[in-house]
Amino acid sequence: MRLYAVVAAGGFRRYATYRVATFAGVFTNTVFGFIMAYTYTALWDERPHLGGYDLSQAVTYVWLGQALLMTCAMMGGGFEDELIERIRTGDIAVDLYRPADLQLWWMAGDLGRAAFHLLGRGIVPMVLGSFAFELALPRDPLTWLAFLFAVMLGVVVSFAIRFLVALSAFWLMDGAGAAQMAMLAGMFFSGLLLPLNLFPGVLGEVARALPWSSLLQVPADVFLGKHTGWDLAGAYAFQAGWALALLATGRLLQTVATRRVVVQGG
Amino acid sequence: MAEEAITEASVEASGEASVEASVEARAEGVPAAEAWIPRVSRRAALRDGLRAYGLIVGMWMRSTMAYRASFVMTAFGNFAATAFDFVAILLMFAHVDALGGYSLPEVAFLYGTSATAFGLSDLALGSMDRLGRRVRDGTLDTLLLRPVPVLAQVAADRFALRRLGRIAQGLLVLGYALLTVDIDWTVTRALMLPMMVLSGAAIFSAVFVAGAAFQFWAQDASEVQNSFTYGGTTLLQYPPTLFAKDLVRGVTFVVPLAFVNWIPALYVLGREDPLGLPDLAAFLPPLVAVVCCALAGVAWRAGLRAYRSTGS
Repeated sequence: MRLYAVVAAGGFRRYATYRVATFAGVFTNTVFGFIMAYTYTALWDERPHLGGYDLSQAVTYVWLGQALLMTCAMMGGGFEDELIERIRTGDIAVDLYRPADLQLWWMAGDLGRAAFHLLGRGIVPMVLGSFAFELALPRDPLTWLAFLFAVMLGVVVSFAIRFLVALSAFWLMDGAGAAQMAMLAGMFFSGLLLPLNLFPGVLGEVARALPWSSLLQVPADVFLGKHTGWDLAGAYAFQAGWALALLATGRLLQTVATRRVVVQGG
Repeated sequence: MAEEAITEASVEASGEASVEASVEARAEGVPAAEAWIPRVSRRAALRDGLRAYGLIVGMWMRSTMAYRASFVMTAFGNFAATAFDFVAILLMFAHVDALGGYSLPEVAFLYGTSATAFGLSDLALGSMDRLGRRVRDGTLDTLLLRPVPVLAQVAADRFALRRLGRIAQGLLVLGYALLTVDIDWTVTRALMLPMMVLSGAAIFSAVFVAGAAFQFWAQDASEVQNSFTYGGTTLLQYPPTLFAKDLVRGVTFVVPLAFVNWIPALYVLGREDPLGLPDLAAFLPPLVAVVCCALAGVAWRAGLRAYRSTGS
């Protein structure tokens, strides 16, 4: 357990090293936040209470999206590129030889990364956004805590998906195609482009049931106070259910995949 | 003689190696180098740069075509990634009839012109954000040693033909817009369309070059340029009436992205400019593009001159 805590701390520090990159990222998140917040303002001006949000909640949703974009790695990026490369080059053999669990090792690192991205990339754009727009920030500190827990579950779901993407490289050798598909799905079905409650009919129902909704839609609804009491427990159960199912699939796939690994001597 | 060496080298090899090999092959035959040549042959230097750009791009295209299935998939992925942007707009219009006073065909017109112009410049210069990485790991030094303009080399580096997917998506939306939008067509308005797409591509290209120049000072800041490129094209896809006046002023007078499509498109659509600019402004994009490219060139030269090798 101590080992994984160290790995997580390492993941945090690794991303914290690049200060200029973090600053640049914050700048970009803020610019996109502004563009989308203006768009949503026009949309909600036309149709107040669309999707059950009022204007300030809709704009808050935009800034939450920018805050969690990197944290929950909605568009991918992060550890999976590295893992794919290790699988392709064969370095994975060394990883399997280590006295640590492959899945837990990478998950610990990714949780550390997410923690940094939440602090380093999440807070500043939100604060800047709050200067220009009226945001619906929770008054109750418990709601903030509930939100943080939902974000953590979202990160785990996101990790589990990206771990599956990375493992596909055992069969495909080149993970670029799978990573791209995952990016598209993550961008669209997390609710980053448009809240999932605005998706019409069956598309909406399917989108809300898919694992990607754990990345943004569910944490945002917790933040906006849409889930309370048993409903909140249900939201957590939804996220945790997907997390467990996807992690278990990853574990299974890992077992199958490692049987395929052949270490060429030399 | 150099020519033959190039074709031979590039037909045989693929990937990075081919570019290295063939650019070096070229180096043997052509002695001149960009920065050290007298003013009289500036035009020759430009021609030389474009030729080098074309050669390197050609090489990357052949290398891409060696993995045809992969090319088709990644091009489709590029197409789909931007298509989702438009799907989000369609979903918005499932709830409303107009956004900021603009109908769906009008928004599609803005989207199509912005996406096509950006797609063209992204195809031509989209790899320039790798410059920071090259400065960091010291591989830029290799480019400096070659008697080919550095800008041409950096621009053509890892030329990504898959970005045709983005252009195709932009053109598709533009086609849809032209079929559905209600425009009072005149000859001037019809001519405006190719003019704005080409000038827009040039303006975005200037942003790419200026952004890359900035990376000479801040190597890790490649994301800042995303705000103006990807952020810019996203902004221009929506009507200017959605945004705060100050923001619109900023992208008109400071970073003149509004000339990519907003100002000329409003003229074509027969709409009032939100800043009250005269109709004449709609004819300015080519001029703005030229000025932007000149300024970007100056920034690039300043950046290149300020470059200090990592030494490793």
